[in-house]
Amino acid sequence: MKLSRRLLQMLNIAALVAMLAAVYAALVMAPDALNVDPAIRPAQRVIYFHVPSAWSSMLAFFVAFVASILYLVTKHIRWDIWARAASELGIAFTVAAIVSGSLWAKPAWNTYWTWDPRLTTYTIVLLLYIAYFMLRGAIDEPGRRARMAAVYGIFAFLSVPLTFMSIRWWNTIHPVIVDAPENAGKFGLGPNMLNAFMIVNIAFIIMFTALLANRIALGWAEERMDALKERLNF
Amino acid sequence: MRRYFQVAWAVLWKDLRIELRTKDIFTSMAVFAVLSLMIFNFAFELRIPDKTVVIPGVLWVAIIFSGVLGLGRAFISEKDRGSMAGLLLAPVDRSAIYLGKMLASLLFILVMEAFLLPLMVIFFNTNFISLPLLLVLFLGTLGFAAVGTVFSGLAVNTRTREVLLPVLLFPVMLPVLMAGIRATIGFMEGDTLVDMMKWINLLLFFDIMYLVVAYMTFDFVVEE
Repeated sequence: MKLSRRLLQMLNIAALVAMLAAVYAALVMAPDALNVDPAIRPAQRVIYFHVPSAWSSMLAFFVAFVASILYLVTKHIRWDIWARAASELGIAFTVAAIVSGSLWAKPAWNTYWTWDPRLTTYTIVLLLYIAYFMLRGAIDEPGRRARMAAVYGIFAFLSVPLTFMSIRWWNTIHPVIVDAPENAGKFGLGPNMLNAFMIVNIAFIIMFTALLANRIALGWAEERMDALKERLNF
Repeated sequence: MRRYFQVAWAVLWKDLRIELRTKDIFTSMAVFAVLSLMIFNFAFELRIPDKTVVIPGVLWVAIIFSGVLGLGRAFISEKDRGSMAGLLLAPVDRSAIYLGKMLASLLFILVMEAFLLPLMVIFFNTNFISLPLLLVLFLGTLGFAAVGTVFSGLAVNTRTREVLLPVLLFPVMLPVLMAGIRATIGFMEGDTLVDMMKWINLLLFFDIMYLVVAYMTFDFVVEE
């Protein structure tokens, strides 16, 4: 799917609007969290950045996983470009989630980092995809690079679901927001907070789509440049 | 079907014969495993009140670290001797080659573990070996060998080769390692097999999944 320039521009504008709405939702629309200590109420708003970042990273790794499978099935360069673009975005969103989480953890847990299983597994996910790019960097021949990266991309994703499973397998101090009725009183969101939460999540998905489309377009440009260099013996 | 296992057996037997003659892999794995025990002892000696609490971690880290040495050889030795092409040109199902290679690596690591476990019992002065623990060790090693064999094939295609293997392998091994260590801790604290079933199920789940995915992707890894 090669997007036309016009469509790409529209997507970019949509992402900008969505992110402005997200800023409004997170800072103005969402009320203070009354059930947490007043001192950390401002910090609690990091949830509107942290959670969508984490979800976007999972979405990115899922796209990379599907693209990796499609590459092995079709051997079409398009899916290699997709897998690389999505993995890169996944790393960016993972870093965003880890950094924003740390900033919240300092006031809430009184430490930037703790060896909680969920934090640890998520950081290992980051290392997984750094290893993915190390693998890519260590192979010169494009066809082979794409093939090896696709195999690794499939294995890498298989360990990602564990990040989410770990919260149930192991005791964790990480708050559970979705799908945990027993925590509803402690960490659940009020109606207005939920609306804001939904807006930021949708906004992040739009932004993710726009970034992915741009990165894929860039990938095609790189591809064309490599072909040109080859032709000119550069 | 019979032919398939004959091929796998032939590859396994070939690797075993090479190993029996050179003893390259076993020696390096065993020496490395003992070395890591010594280093762990230095690291923990003065700071941990009870050495037995570190046994599960030391055991698994020693296995993973020395196992990766053996796994690295699986395809690098073939490539160096130029026998890789011969192996791939053989008119057989490539997944049978994977199966043979995987079983050989599994066997090497299991032998290394059989050497390591009694030593650990002596050094830590605690008999922690039990049947459930051996089961967990086997399941963990199976997952390790299943992924490790494919990644050994990946790494051999890269410029950095064996340097890259641990970087690729360790993060993917995390679920297996985590379940293995958790179950080992449980058994050492006197939990029964039933108590630890969720970790064993997790191990089984990842073993099967990794084996299936390895089986399906191996062809792409060795393709020229």
